Amino acid sequence: MRLSGQNLRCVRGGREVFAGLDFGAEAGELLAVTGANGSGKTSLLRLIAGLLVPAEGAIVLASGEAELTLAEQAHYLGHRDALKPALSVMENLAFWRDFLGGEVSDAGKSLEAVGLDHAAHLPAAYLSAGQRRRLSLARLLAVRRPLWLLDEPTAALDAAGQELFAGLMRDHLARGGLIVAATHGPLGLEARELKIGGAL
Amino acid sequence: MTALAALIRRDIRIALRVGGGALIGVLFFLSVVVLMPFAVGPDLKLLARLGPAILWLGALLASLLTLDRLFTADHEDGSLDLIVMSRTPLELACGAKALAHWIAAGLPLIVATPVLGLLLNLDTLSTAAVALTLLAGTPALTFTGMIGAALAVTLHRGGLLLAVLVLPLSIPVLIFGVAASEAAITGPQGFGAPFAILCALSLVSFVIGPFAAAASLRQGLD
Repeated sequence: MRLSGQNLRCVRGGREVFAGLDFGAEAGELLAVTGANGSGKTSLLRLIAGLLVPAEGAIVLASGEAELTLAEQAHYLGHRDALKPALSVMENLAFWRDFLGGEVSDAGKSLEAVGLDHAAHLPAAYLSAGQRRRLSLARLLAVRRPLWLLDEPTAALDAAGQELFAGLMRDHLARGGLIVAATHGPLGLEARELKIGGAL
Repeated sequence: MTALAALIRRDIRIALRVGGGALIGVLFFLSVVVLMPFAVGPDLKLLARLGPAILWLGALLASLLTLDRLFTADHEDGSLDLIVMSRTPLELACGAKALAHWIAAGLPLIVATPVLGLLLNLDTLSTAAVALTLLAGTPALTFTGMIGAALAVTLHRGGLLLAVLVLPLSIPVLIFGVAASEAAITGPQGFGAPFAILCALSLVSFVIGPFAAAASLRQGLD
């Protein structure tokens, strides 16, 4: 599996965010996207996820599953946690597991892996920012997708949480997964770096 | 199928919990209908004659009230991104969301109709006729309203715009809904023709609504 983008140009609101961007990553690799605020890290992730359309260029996932589109093989973890405050932690996770489908694993075990099993029946409204992040991470575990697109994944996580997350990423890469993560801080494991130049 | 069932279950659950839309719609319907006799005055004959129209207008406004959150809530918390990316076709997901909205917000209106019919001096037959036309017609309100709700996602503060966009689309439903109820109550035209058109409007909206909503959601991605 290989993810690559050629000559990407992204325009948002009539303003060019970046242009002529090339990148590539192999299975088992972590691609860390770095750059100043407003340089287009989130835009690049959303381009890969198919949530934005590139003004020029193309993004290809080679030798993935032929019947699925790139977006259907990817997990997107954005700034917003996609959690419903009215539902409990377990209901939130179970919904995404059932809705996203494909190869799924036990929701309870995924909660345990991110250290939220004690709060399974608590409404998501009462979670702290770090706990919300952990619940989002549980989604990555409950549903298996080869490509992870992570936007500032370690924001709001405490030291133990960051360590735990580095472990989760290491496991995913070891199984032949591919991770693209936009980040400012260190992710705690070896990464190929993609620096986006300072637009704005 | 599991994916769509999960989506319907989730939306109904959210609507029924604290702060959800289901109860708000019914309460709004109740207040509109209760206010009407005060505005029209204590003329029982007049009330009975206006009854079907009042119930229909109340139901229309109540379903509109909760409709603007159909996609904006998912857009704001990022769920919509994941729904768009998922393996479920967006058209089906839109249809499932509209169905969930109708079950949570439309059905309670129909259940409340007999009680509200009493307040408007409608007899049993008239109330049953209105409830039946609401049952056939409110899905059309939800499924056409969904198009407006999808358009409102791109525009911040689209709530009021939704009303402006959706109300013209709901005029045919209103005309034939009220016409069918009145035909059943006073005649002389038959109940069948307007009711059949009302059903047809609902069926057409089942087909067009999800596709139009999905197209406008895709267009509005940013």
